[in-house]
Amino acid sequence: MRNVWIICKRELASYFATPIAYVFIVIFLMLSGAFTFYLGNFFPRGQADLVTFFGFHPWLYLFLIPALTMRLWAEERRGGTIELLFTLPVTMLQAVLGKFLATWIFAAITLALTFPMWLTVNYLGDPDNGIILASYIGSLLMAGAFIAIGSCISALTKNQVIAFVITVVVCLGFILSGFPLVLDFFSGWAPEFLIEAISSFSFLTHFDAISKGVLDLRDAIYFFSLTAFWLYANAILIELKKAD
Amino acid sequence: MTAMIDIEHLTKRFSSITAVDDISFQVDRGEVLGFLGPNGAGKSTTMKMITGFLAPDAGAVRVDGIDITARPVDVKSRLGYLPEGAPLYGDMTPAAFLEFTGQVRGLRGKELRRRIAETVDRVNLGQVLRQPIETLSKGFKRRVGIAQAVLHDPEVLVLDEPTDGLDPNQKYEVRGLIREMAREKVIILSTHILEEVDAVCSRAIIIAGGKVVADGVPAELEERAPRHNAVALAVCHPEGHDVVGPLQALDGVDRVESLGSEGELAHYVVLPSKGGSIIDAVSARVREQGWQVAEMHVERGRLDDVFREITGGAHAVN
Repeated sequence: MRNVWIICKRELASYFATPIAYVFIVIFLMLSGAFTFYLGNFFPRGQADLVTFFGFHPWLYLFLIPALTMRLWAEERRGGTIELLFTLPVTMLQAVLGKFLATWIFAAITLALTFPMWLTVNYLGDPDNGIILASYIGSLLMAGAFIAIGSCISALTKNQVIAFVITVVVCLGFILSGFPLVLDFFSGWAPEFLIEAISSFSFLTHFDAISKGVLDLRDAIYFFSLTAFWLYANAILIELKKAD
Repeated sequence: MTAMIDIEHLTKRFSSITAVDDISFQVDRGEVLGFLGPNGAGKSTTMKMITGFLAPDAGAVRVDGIDITARPVDVKSRLGYLPEGAPLYGDMTPAAFLEFTGQVRGLRGKELRRRIAETVDRVNLGQVLRQPIETLSKGFKRRVGIAQAVLHDPEVLVLDEPTDGLDPNQKYEVRGLIREMAREKVIILSTHILEEVDAVCSRAIIIAGGKVVADGVPAELEERAPRHNAVALAVCHPEGHDVVGPLQALDGVDRVESLGSEGELAHYVVLPSKGGSIIDAVSARVREQGWQVAEMHVERGRLDDVFREITGGAHAVN
């Protein structure tokens, strides 16, 4: 556990050692604000809630989280530092968890910095802060799943751009898996249960449920198990590809 | 007592290529083992298996009696390793980087600070401690890599081409460091620079095509050079003399090669038949013939020649 934390700290520090961290935070705050106020018709709606704010999160994560995760392993593999890392007395699990946690904590920091939105709605009206808290938790859980996917795909390649593009595509698949765009691809040949399973994988369905204030254990478990699955795949992939 | 490093029948295949083919050897305390071989001979692959980065396909690596496959973390904590090319996290400063590796290796608080200060002093990093690693010169980067490897005072040090790409001064410094540490540690270092073996190693293993083709102290290996104990001779004004004939007739002489002449000097090499010493016989013959000799010395046989002969042969077999 100590090693997880040490690796996490190093990784987190390296976000802030480069402009990545600041660019990411600023862009995320700007876009989430702009989307909410302009695209989301925050004022015309006349409701003191953050439904539209959270509604854009999956789409912001879609492009911003892969930018955070693309370097996690691709950079280590390209620079050869992966050899350094895995000849230190750390286990695979510690390394994978450490890197994941660093990115997740970073996402949490960014999310926390959206607090002016929360202040705004509380100033303007009388929102249900329970729902807002649940939405924040749901958003963070969803970010975790995005990060796990991105981390795993970053282990596949030494090229960060490829890692970015593939992560975006896979995440898009998960966001849209409840929609005809993805389902039509399977319907016709895949059995019914598979299509149902795929449609139940949609980030949107699970996130919507949470952001309505229903913090259902099943939705939380969904995000947790998805995260765990991708991190496990991540560990296996690195074991296979680290020497390439 | 078992050897500090015990390698048995180590084998590694990459798809169809056998990079390391049934290598076995032991290294004891106090030894500096030079690992030689042409590029692609399997040096780095072997070192990656010793340090636990790669899992062997067959065979075993034991460090201090501990099997690396069974207890990788225990073995890794006893090792210091400088990977090929000394990869480092470029966005960190040497100070932060050493703190990171020290913490992962279980050092903390006062002990960590003391070890970092000592190591920084030892490899002379003080002036660049707070600069990002990516802005440092190659020599400093290599020193950071070495600092990272020795920070926790490991019993075993594995250095993959520690002086590769450094300028002569930096090479000299790194070799000095290695010699200094050799007293208390087991060191394995790979190189394709043969002078380095003479300079720092107490033992050399030559591998080619994934196999050990020679194993011995450097002096022993030199004896295997074709020119070991050959006598090089430069004779003034050889006109009218037969130099080759009288030398050829000597006992223990295999043949005499004429290397041509340059001005009034003619150069010859007298090769012994079984690597034995022939300098006495040759100098007696020179005096007896009354030749005017400008230069005469015994060739030790260069490790380069041994290396070329042994590894060239192995390639031919493949």
